[in-house]
Amino acid sequence: MLRYFFKKFFHVIPTLVGISILSFAVIRFIPGDPVLIMLGERGANPEVYAEMKSKLMLDRPMHEQYWYFLKNAVKGDFGQSIVSKRTVIEEFSDRFPATLELGIVALFFAVIIGIPMGIFAALKRNSFFDYALMTSSLIGYSMPIFWWGLVLILIFSVKLGWTPVSGRISINYDIEMWSGLMLIDTLKNEITSEYGFAPFWSAFKHLLLPSIAMGTIPLAVIARMTRSSMLEVLGEDYIRTAKAKGLPWRRIVGLHALRNAMVPIITVIGLLFGSIITGAILTETIFSWPGIGKWIVASITARDYPVIQGGILFIAGMIIFINMAVDMIYALINPRMR
Amino acid sequence: MKEFWSHFKDNKGAVIGLALVLLFTFIAIFAPFLAPKDPSQIYPEYLRLPPLWDGGISHFVLGTDDVGRDLLSRLIYGARISMMIGFFVVVLSLIIGVVTGLFAGYYGGWIDTLIMRIMDILMALPSILLAIVVVAVIGPGIKNAIIAVSLFSIPGFTRIVRASVLAEKKKQYVMASQSFGASSYRIMFLEILPNCMAPLIVQATLGFSDGILNAAALGFLGLGTQPPTPEWGVMLSDARSFIESSPWMVTLPGLCILIVVLGFNLFGDGLRDALDPRLKR
Repeated sequence: MLRYFFKKFFHVIPTLVGISILSFAVIRFIPGDPVLIMLGERGANPEVYAEMKSKLMLDRPMHEQYWYFLKNAVKGDFGQSIVSKRTVIEEFSDRFPATLELGIVALFFAVIIGIPMGIFAALKRNSFFDYALMTSSLIGYSMPIFWWGLVLILIFSVKLGWTPVSGRISINYDIEMWSGLMLIDTLKNEITSEYGFAPFWSAFKHLLLPSIAMGTIPLAVIARMTRSSMLEVLGEDYIRTAKAKGLPWRRIVGLHALRNAMVPIITVIGLLFGSIITGAILTETIFSWPGIGKWIVASITARDYPVIQGGILFIAGMIIFINMAVDMIYALINPRMR
Repeated sequence: MKEFWSHFKDNKGAVIGLALVLLFTFIAIFAPFLAPKDPSQIYPEYLRLPPLWDGGISHFVLGTDDVGRDLLSRLIYGARISMMIGFFVVVLSLIIGVVTGLFAGYYGGWIDTLIMRIMDILMALPSILLAIVVVAVIGPGIKNAIIAVSLFSIPGFTRIVRASVLAEKKKQYVMASQSFGASSYRIMFLEILPNCMAPLIVQATLGFSDGILNAAALGFLGLGTQPPTPEWGVMLSDARSFIESSPWMVTLPGLCILIVVLGFNLFGDGLRDALDPRLKR
């Protein structure tokens, strides 16, 4: 088991190195001069220019620059944002909780609806409900979420006026951040502040539409996967045996079938993290959600080189490690996979 | 072939998918004949006119946009652009994917390791992020959007071809050709490749829908096709500021994207089930 883990871990290293080369190379290919952008309009003085260039090590040969970048990256230093003058790490850790909260709620919504629907469709195979669910999950899977987000705004914000359009919480509340997750922080503040539950309610309403938009594709994938996995398991011999033993159907489904069907479902949920990040980029842009998706798009428009470089590395690294963790969990539950 | 068709036509979803794909292909090809007006013609006296059923006039069936262009004509030309993007994305990624997959599978060793590592890297980046990065380097525009979107469609093709090659390589007909002294290229492209067509066709169909969806997303973010080209994603991003006053400008282009993507997904799923019943879910 341990050997498998080590093998997986060493398998990941070349990919990580490749990603670091890619993120390093990308910002050097982007048209425009980072030094000029950093110095601004008045930075044309050649002496200042040369000084800045050597300070950033941009006058060194490529391999030295890369080595310097890698050495600092390992130490956790990804440089400074040109726009905000803060370190990339600070910028990232400021925004990451917002994306994390959105992602968790979206995935929670997808799991809590998707799995029961998939199970029910499998049990009522070829029924009207089954067809309706399969059709709607295919529609959900094909959904352009940047449009879906706008449609949700149109229905729930513009027409019904139930939900706000952008941001994480109403600007009327000044919430002291503790965990970075708005739902938790508003609850924690509730005890001390005079607002009561109002901030929590506001945060919840802000979170509702973006998480529905972001959770739609995962919901469709999970419902489909649960259905097919359940159908496969229900056809197995041990289910027939359990039936022959006279066990109640509820117990067979709940205990025997579901447990075995969960393995591929968990894998799929793990692999959905990549598409969650894609979803975050689009969803955060639509709902002005201050997370890493919006951050990375804005940094590309602003040509904020260190942020682009660090951002790519963070996001790709995160996905690589999540995929590795999923593989390992999979191997733990299902020894046949090793 | 007969067996394939009988499988395929029993699948209602697949037939609907095929119909949608054919419909949009038809619209794309004959856009100049179908569109009632020039998509870039501005009618300043008809700004943001609602569709016919919402109090509009029959002259502009689906209404007009914020500068007074006929929405129906723009949507029809939009089909042309999206289908073209989808087509080029599939062709580009298919060619590169097939070549890399054949080489990786056939030669193995360090060539295989190198190719598959590059694919791992491409797959570690979320599709849109990779496309955004590529566009940041080579600049926005329709051609660059096609390149950016193709790049992350490649690994899917490479993996399928490689897996098929690994399975086919051990078969006797390959050994026979090798013993006749056939060149590696001949064996790869003429002997092995035809035997992995089925999964490739399915992947190409599904690649079409991914390509259209991602290119539209890029257009929406302002990083793909540029205005005033009537691309659906671009039209959506233009319409965002008018969501309260002119909701049809938002709903219609997105609906088009959804229907085309759904069509290709239905068609692709149906093809997979018909070509390879073992994969049926």
